[in-house]
Amino acid sequence: MSKEKEILKETPETKEPEVVVDVQNLSVGFTVRGKKINVIRNISFKVYKGETLAIVGESGSGKSVTTKTFTGMLEKNGFVTSGSILFDGMNLAKFKTDEDWRPIRGKRIATIFQDPMTSLNPLLTIGFQISEVLRLHHGLSKQEAKEEAIKLLKKVRIPNAEARYDDYPFQYSGGMRQRVVIAIALACRPEILICDEPTTALDVTVQAQIIALIKELQEEYHWTTIFITHDLGVVANVANRIAVMYGGQIVEYGTVEDVFYNPAHPYTWALLASLPQLGSKDEALSYIKGNPPSFSSEIIGDAFAPRNEYAMNIDFVKEPPMFQISPTHCAKTWLLDPRAPKVEKPKVIQELHARMKRAAEELKRQEGVEDE
Amino acid sequence: MSKEEKKILEQAPVEEKELDIFEQGRKDHPEDDDTIVKMRDVRVAFKIGSIERVIINHLNLDIKRGEVLGLVGESGSGKTTIGRALIRINKVSGGEVLFNNVKISGKIPKKTERLLKTKMQMIFQDPGDSLNDRANIDYIVSEGLRAFKLYKDEEDRLQKVQQMMQRVGLRPEYLNRYPHEFSGGQRQRIGIARCMIMNPEFVIADEPISALDVSIRAQVLNLIREFQQERKMTVLFIAHDLSVVRYISDRIAVIYAGHIVEIAEANRLFEAPLHPYTKSLLSAVPIPDPKVERKKKIITYNPAELHHYVLSDAPKLVEIEPGHFVRCNTPELEAYKAELERLGGKK
Repeated sequence: MSKEKEILKETPETKEPEVVVDVQNLSVGFTVRGKKINVIRNISFKVYKGETLAIVGESGSGKSVTTKTFTGMLEKNGFVTSGSILFDGMNLAKFKTDEDWRPIRGKRIATIFQDPMTSLNPLLTIGFQISEVLRLHHGLSKQEAKEEAIKLLKKVRIPNAEARYDDYPFQYSGGMRQRVVIAIALACRPEILICDEPTTALDVTVQAQIIALIKELQEEYHWTTIFITHDLGVVANVANRIAVMYGGQIVEYGTVEDVFYNPAHPYTWALLASLPQLGSKDEALSYIKGNPPSFSSEIIGDAFAPRNEYAMNIDFVKEPPMFQISPTHCAKTWLLDPRAPKVEKPKVIQELHARMKRAAEELKRQEGVEDE
Repeated sequence: MSKEEKKILEQAPVEEKELDIFEQGRKDHPEDDDTIVKMRDVRVAFKIGSIERVIINHLNLDIKRGEVLGLVGESGSGKTTIGRALIRINKVSGGEVLFNNVKISGKIPKKTERLLKTKMQMIFQDPGDSLNDRANIDYIVSEGLRAFKLYKDEEDRLQKVQQMMQRVGLRPEYLNRYPHEFSGGQRQRIGIARCMIMNPEFVIADEPISALDVSIRAQVLNLIREFQQERKMTVLFIAHDLSVVRYISDRIAVIYAGHIVEIAEANRLFEAPLHPYTKSLLSAVPIPDPKVERKKKIITYNPAELHHYVLSDAPKLVEIEPGHFVRCNTPELEAYKAELERLGGKK
């Protein structure tokens, strides 16, 4: 859909920040049991320098697959079918061999994965795994690498870093392991850090700490973050912009204020409405009925239509275009068409401001006490 | 679940007695009937080689009949251990656990243990790992029924299973499928179905939604809540996220390093959190409002700095206002009392 691309491309900004990654009409397919399925269906978006872009969606919406194409880490049966990913004058979509990827992967674009236990090698010490990166990428000697690695461990607030240098991953807690993974990513001084659900496996308290750490280090190292999550609640803190994904497409894109204060797509409404923080005790929490689309058959019309209580007839026939709401905000739903009937938004969304305020007050209260 | 079905389940004779031991326990102690589970001075320890690690020590906790008690704490705080000790997966090495005033910890008669399994059920965290990969859904859901012969004939069993499937929002046709064919949310609903088909009095839900997408969490939460309200079950809901627990619980117990540090009615805990660890948990809950979140300060809990406990004045769980307990020593109690005064009394 070229219209979508045009709109995103022409997004006029008061002062246009520098674009680091420009994704244009990207489609990704997988071969499953001899059958080709399209998992990413023609998406275009830009990632701006020094900002944090959050990609939000349910499992199977294609959020991880999208960013895996940035580092050539698609599974063996996956491939980019069309479109381009422009990064520093290169088209990453054309990269094929590991040889091509080596200068990019890890070095300029690093990834932090969900489960820190599986991204660390259980048989090697923490220290070895960090210093290995330093030796290979920066050519440091063993001793220099160790010193640098300890510095990095301190940077990610591992207490007693010298003593814990020779520990193995199993001796670290989940939160500490994720810190180590961040330290390894940090070692290469990447320009882009992809955080693929970095806190999903962690406790809320640890989650808050890790997010604060990523934010802080970003300010220091000026990288660009792409933050992938299924929890909209988490991104309010970190993101500058949000892309909401569903069924392999971006259905809403805007600044964090656009998406939280003025959500336009019914899917975004549903995501917000299902947050327990915004729920009230005397009513059932709302949730999204049904399952995300399976890609085995071709999706006709709006992918969200079967689960959407606001779906109109056209949603089942024709795919909606991207409608521009404001210079920074756009959404892909027929509800924004001038011909569409006015709909009553769900209760939670109508009361969104009041509910956010209430949630904040309930949780704020103890901070007020603290200040006294 | 229909009335008839309920009746059948209730009448299903497990033993050939009029009153089973737990019913007898309730009858014998009518004064204690509003408490379903009592943990008295409970100690749980794990042995790794010759080293013993005490996870829970001197734990006292009462769970009231028909309530949802939220148990919140971070990984390693012992919340799962408590749940597993209750249902006899982890061994209790000291103190005792009473269920309907009958001792269920330590060495108990085989008969009691067997009967307990019909009354107490668990929903596990990981819906992938907790289901047998090689068993179809029909088998998984009806395993409990088979084990206790809680059905008349094959037709009756199938009907019960199908009804339960529908109740949790899964199609009865799915019965012949295997766990790997389902999504995480669906698998957790299978986990709930196999728990609820036993019509338990007491359910331990051990982080049932932590592994699920936020959009799916709500339906699992709603489902547990519906069952609880409909059957007046007692639920121990274990989680690490206060925002989730608040939504479902009547009371919330906050646990840190094996000790309950604060316990209060859900709303009261949010209104007047006293213990610094509770405050730190509250500060970690993400608020879906960018303006508020950007200003957020995380309160970190550092017990070594905050508490100066001495042996002569060891911290205890003290009832600071009706129904609101906090773990503190004497000077802390004074400070908490003053804080409570500032916050205003209980509404």
